Amino acid sequence: MKYEVVIGLEVHVELSTKSKIFCSCSAEFGAGPNEHVCPACCGMPGMLPVVNKRVVDLGMTAGMMLNCHINRTTTFDKKSYYYPDLPCAYQTTQWFAPVAVNGYVEIDTPSGKKKVRIKQIHMEEDAGKLVHDIAPDTTHVDFNRTSVPLIEIVSQPDLSSADEVIAYLERLHSLLRFARVSDCRWEQGSMRCDVNLSVRPEGSTKLGVRTEIKNMNSLTAIARAIEYETARHIDAIENGTEVLVQETRRWDDAKGKSFSMRTKETAGDYRYFPDPNIMPIVIDDAWFDEINASLPEFPEVKRERYITELGLSEYDADQITSSRALCDCFEDAYSVCGKAKDCANWIISEVMSILNSKKMTFDMLTLDGKALGALINLVCDGTVGRANGKKVLLAMFDDASIDPKKYAEENGFIVSNDTSLVESVVKKVCDSDPQTVADIRGGRDKAIMALFGRCMKELRGNCDPQVLRKALMDYING
Amino acid sequence: MSTKKTIVLDDMILTKTMPTTAGSRMLEGYMSLFDAEAVTSLTEAGYEILGKAKCGEFAIDLVGESCYFGCELQDGHFVNDLCEKVKAGSIGVGLDVNGSIRRASAQAGLISIKPTYGTASRFGTVEVACSGETVSVVGSTADDCAEVLSVIAHHDTKDGTSLSSDLCDKVKVCAKKAKKVAILSSSLDGVDDEVRAKIDTFKAILEKNGVEVCVVDSDIFKFARPAWNILMCSELCNNVSRFDGVKYGYRSSNFTTIDELYTNSRTEAFGELLKSAILFGSDNLSTDNYDRAYDKALRVRRVIVEAFDRIFEDFDAVLCPACSKMAYTPEDIKNNKHLCFEENAYTAPASITGLPSVALAGVTLIGPAFSDGMLLDIARMYEEVCK
Ligand SMILES: [Zn+2]
Repeated sequence: MKYEVVIGLEVHVELSTKSKIFCSCSAEFGAGPNEHVCPACCGMPGMLPVVNKRVVDLGMTAGMMLNCHINRTTTFDKKSYYYPDLPCAYQTTQWFAPVAVNGYVEIDTPSGKKKVRIKQIHMEEDAGKLVHDIAPDTTHVDFNRTSVPLIEIVSQPDLSSADEVIAYLERLHSLLRFARVSDCRWEQGSMRCDVNLSVRPEGSTKLGVRTEIKNMNSLTAIARAIEYETARHIDAIENGTEVLVQETRRWDDAKGKSFSMRTKETAGDYRYFPDPNIMPIVIDDAWFDEINASLPEFPEVKRERYITELGLSEYDADQITSSRALCDCFEDAYSVCGKAKDCANWIISEVMSILNSKKMTFDMLTLDGKALGALINLVCDGTVGRANGKKVLLAMFDDASIDPKKYAEENGFIVSNDTSLVESVVKKVCDSDPQTVADIRGGRDKAIMALFGRCMKELRGNCDPQVLRKALMDYING
Repeated sequence: MSTKKTIVLDDMILTKTMPTTAGSRMLEGYMSLFDAEAVTSLTEAGYEILGKAKCGEFAIDLVGESCYFGCELQDGHFVNDLCEKVKAGSIGVGLDVNGSIRRASAQAGLISIKPTYGTASRFGTVEVACSGETVSVVGSTADDCAEVLSVIAHHDTKDGTSLSSDLCDKVKVCAKKAKKVAILSSSLDGVDDEVRAKIDTFKAILEKNGVEVCVVDSDIFKFARPAWNILMCSELCNNVSRFDGVKYGYRSSNFTTIDELYTNSRTEAFGELLKSAILFGSDNLSTDNYDRAYDKALRVRRVIVEAFDRIFEDFDAVLCPACSKMAYTPEDIKNNKHLCFEENAYTAPASITGLPSVALAGVTLIGPAFSDGMLLDIARMYEEVCK
């Protein structure tokens, strides 16, 4: 018999806010244990939650990017369960009126475009972290991550293979990063997902027994877990190797197996109820319009525009639209210099390689695109040599306030138009190396590059290469 | 030297310099890292905080009898510690969760005000039933209450339910003189002759002051109590779940697993009354019961708010008993350990709606939102005759 897999995802994404959802603690990743904590996010009595407006902004942004209906009145609710990383023993989340509902995402599949429906997006606080390896027989709790804002994106069970799941997750990743909702870093846990999976005979309308694999944090592990679970379900159905039960499972990537965590019978009752300390949030037209107006162009729309309107190659357009920061930099640079291809060249060959050498992601780019445009103008009109232009760019990375022209002037990077200076340098270099000059005169043309390089160095790069080449040839042949 | 009276806080109000226990073994010796907003604003206004008064465990009992640290008896009756300290010359500030401050002050010959919900910041109070509990004031006179209320009623950005400054300011003045007061028929159910006489006395004084008093048919007092008990215990169950022995407070020494740490810490540190409230609340919030218990109670709350709105179209305030009897004995508790979930029939209507309420001389007055000043003005009519 042929089977089909039915998969729905719950994707958790940490929002790119400076502070936590209900207190002013930093939401930054990577601090020492319990450095970003206060009485509120440690669950001490007497602190009342005050909602960080930025969280709602980003929740709405995510909803709009994923074609959702935005609930104009959205509320927070409490979800109760005991776990040491949850200091209040309840999580503040959205149960009754989430910020966004009924959306969809389009993905590419071998059989064409497919719509994956989004059931809802809700805002909530993250939990802390348990640390087991400080001392034997003890567990420590780190509350830095407690109350860091999250959204959970719940899809309908519209996915039917590991490939589709990956395509869906990559699409979410791209849209959310483009809209600056989250940096979506799997390795830091700012993007993670739960996979709900069941298997049924092809054509059947009845869903099979569903299992949920919790807390997946890499695409390869997700793909492996889906293949494993699918095989396990089919094996159970066909060969009766085990009785499938509705349960939550944990994926062990090292062992390549999933293990039962708890069954439905032993699952707790979360006792959801509206949080009386948080008044319903009313999203009026002005707020809605403000967020709507701030949405970025979708990456594929940009790509198309870069190719058809600005004349970039497909490769260049793909490279730049892989990151919102690169797009912003490119568009700012283009707005100043109007040279799309040069902007693309500079970003792809220079900016991206500097980022790589600094081990920075493209999204960490803070370069002022308008200043880059000005630099490109200087190089293109011959005011600054290309090699010196790269030095200016490197300096601009370290100091965003640098004005390229001023910096070039201060550092002697301005190309000289003084032909007598060029001629005197050519004479000095050639006279110091009569052998090479003789070789060239004897027909060894390639040797001219050595002299050319020495002259350029002597001129500190500030010479139009054509001018230098002509002066050299004139001297040698004259 | 300041001519102001000193302030005594009940043990639901968090202070940096003194322990705050909420009357529970769970928080024995607990030192808060911050002061309640009420404490900060009173200190800034030049009041001296004299100290703390004991309260019932998480302030849900009758008059403080469930306090882990004990409750005094006088003539065989429980006495409320906050009221004792007010009698000694201070003004009391506490958290009215389930009416114990109103009951105790009405029985002790004092006066208290539970102001309009949202006008006095709850920042820095131990949360129990957040949708209804209110920082309240106990004094010897209406003027005491008015004076301290004018300090603690202000907008606070640290409390998401805090109302705007304009609205908070409204409770500090008496916008109009009361002309008509209603006694709701259902409110006199179950009260003894002494309390009935208190209502009659109060009624007579109002009438002497030209206030018309009418008995009005209403079910409010029948439905407010069960609905409030559901809401209060559900919220309590959720709020006290943070006291799990992990981070601070009492921790059992008898555990090997995390579940035993939770269970044994809470079993050893919580009193019987609190445990009943937790179980009742937990049951109401369970998936099976949510719709017919918690959600229904929320709907009853709306119906009660609307019922009061209709009454206040014709009347300026409601006069009702504060309690069924003027004192509680250990015998009362022995006979009915859940008496506080029945006696709150008289205080639940103002708790569940957030309406302002003044308690004195065995009675309470309930008025429309922001009529706090007017209710204190009515109380002064009584004071002029009886003090
Ligand atoms: Zn915090």
